[in-house]
Amino acid sequence: MKTSTIKKLAAALALAVSATGALAKDITLLNVSYDPTRELYEEYNKAFVKHWESKTGDKVTVNQSHGGAGKQARAVIDGLEADVVTLALSYDIDQLHEKAKLIPKDWQSRLPHNSSPYTSTIVFLVRKGNPKNIQDWDDIVQPGVGVVTPNPKTSGGARYNHLAAWAYALKHNNNDPAAAKAFVTKLYQNVSVLDSGARGATTTFLERGVGDVLLTWENEAYLALKEQGADKVEIVIPSYSILAEPPVTVVDKFANKHGNAEVAKAYLEYLYSPEGQEIAARNYYRPSDPAVAAKYASQFPKLELFTIDAVFGGWQKAQKEHFGDGGIFDQIYGK
Amino acid sequence: MKLLRSSSVLPGFGPALGFTVFYLSLVVLIPLSAAFIKTFELSWGEFVDVVTTPRVLASYKLTFGASLLGATLNAFFGLIVAWVLVRYTFPGKKLVDALVDLPFALPTAVAGITLSALYAKNGWIGSLLEPHGIKVAYTPVGIVVALTFIGLPFVVRTVQPVLEDLEGEVEEAAASLGASRWQTFHRVIVPSLAPALLTGFALAFARAVGEYGSVIFIAGNMPMVSEITPLLIITKLEQYEYSQATAIAVVMLVLSFLLLLLINLLQWWSGNRHVRK
Repeated sequence: MKTSTIKKLAAALALAVSATGALAKDITLLNVSYDPTRELYEEYNKAFVKHWESKTGDKVTVNQSHGGAGKQARAVIDGLEADVVTLALSYDIDQLHEKAKLIPKDWQSRLPHNSSPYTSTIVFLVRKGNPKNIQDWDDIVQPGVGVVTPNPKTSGGARYNHLAAWAYALKHNNNDPAAAKAFVTKLYQNVSVLDSGARGATTTFLERGVGDVLLTWENEAYLALKEQGADKVEIVIPSYSILAEPPVTVVDKFANKHGNAEVAKAYLEYLYSPEGQEIAARNYYRPSDPAVAAKYASQFPKLELFTIDAVFGGWQKAQKEHFGDGGIFDQIYGK
Repeated sequence: MKLLRSSSVLPGFGPALGFTVFYLSLVVLIPLSAAFIKTFELSWGEFVDVVTTPRVLASYKLTFGASLLGATLNAFFGLIVAWVLVRYTFPGKKLVDALVDLPFALPTAVAGITLSALYAKNGWIGSLLEPHGIKVAYTPVGIVVALTFIGLPFVVRTVQPVLEDLEGEVEEAAASLGASRWQTFHRVIVPSLAPALLTGFALAFARAVGEYGSVIFIAGNMPMVSEITPLLIITKLEQYEYSQATAIAVVMLVLSFLLLLLINLLQWWSGNRHVRK
């Protein structure tokens, strides 16, 4: 009912436009994104609207949808007609191909840097003065340390948290998976709340006073620091963490249907432009452009980062072994 | 059929029944049967495996246990609230009466966030309980608190009108016939209220079983401990395990249906017993 009304409206609009000749178009884009990117895209959308209008004269309105990455991908698969998706990890975008053939299989090679215009990592947020003296991953598995992390079954960020801890344990135990499992089990024994998304976990840690350390996205940690003030929380950078590559892609099927293919592509490409990169950096995402990265170097502490591909052999494999049915997470919680 | 038809003097039984069946099918039966059909994607063995994993079983126990507990608390305290609202007059009574409906009107997420803010260790109530070693937020106790909160209006609103119809004279008659206060209460008042109380209990219970929004904020959501079944269903969905999610939902549906049927039977039995006496 609703879609047919929209179709009729669109058809009427198309008629009106063709009748009056080459008028500036009104374009509406839908960007379906994950939980902590609200502030990033709020700023970026304004910049892109301006850029696109000065370039083509067309007026774009970008609508945003945010939530846990898994939920968001499922919404698109089930028919939320997103023109672009900007999610936390490639596994969830892969599902758009696997489950509904909305995008080609090789979607990730269509844009530079594995389609990740910005990267991030996982850091610790602790309470002012760091009363439990948390410096690295070893410190958060000690008895008596309260850890807050979301549920990796529903949150992309939580999957990065889990894998970062696992990789750290592998590195310090001669790549022994049994030791890594023991390490991560101890970590989860310190967890008393599993929220469904990164933002929920931040709220639990900051507003409800639960736990001593929050495992979270670097950008989320800086945002919390900005909102709460340095008199409440501190950021601790571990010695070793994961390179998080949140990828973006055009949802071909829906973008073509809306006649938005061109603008949707430009929307994502502009993320790689100096201005897009600046906005990402200002919102505490690590820029991929070397010049912008150099400019913001002091903002992003240097730490040893590993990729999912190098340690876990890619998302598909990591997902299955760690978060699938009967995987490591289920084993830890005694499935 | 014939019996029903002859018992009513009003015409239009056929169309009315037809409409009822059509409406119920459209609104209730078709969506529910879709859940059953989706489940058929699993073989019987897979279905049993999915719905009997320890984590799923623990969540059933928690969801139904906490819902029964919440509904029981509501049946008890809701009866007292209804009693006070009907039998006494006091200043601000209308206001209290209106307050009862608030849990209906409030978005459940707001209720959940408010409750978890209150009961967290830095909240108003939580900070008083924490020194005594009592934890409410992020434990199963928190779930019972949330389910009690959302279920309260059901009991009060079902018992209230029945209590209003139960005139004071009945109690006076019982007393004048020599009944003690306790006898008046459990031989006269309770039997008349029981059907309404059971209805309220059943509604509060049913609502609690399906509750998601308010619970996830206060539950802590730890597998095996404080993870409710609706959350597990959502989790399965977000892992793209659609048929597994519906399998868990179907078991939940059947269990709920059986429990509600039991409550209805109980109600019928208590109503009958009352009539015979």
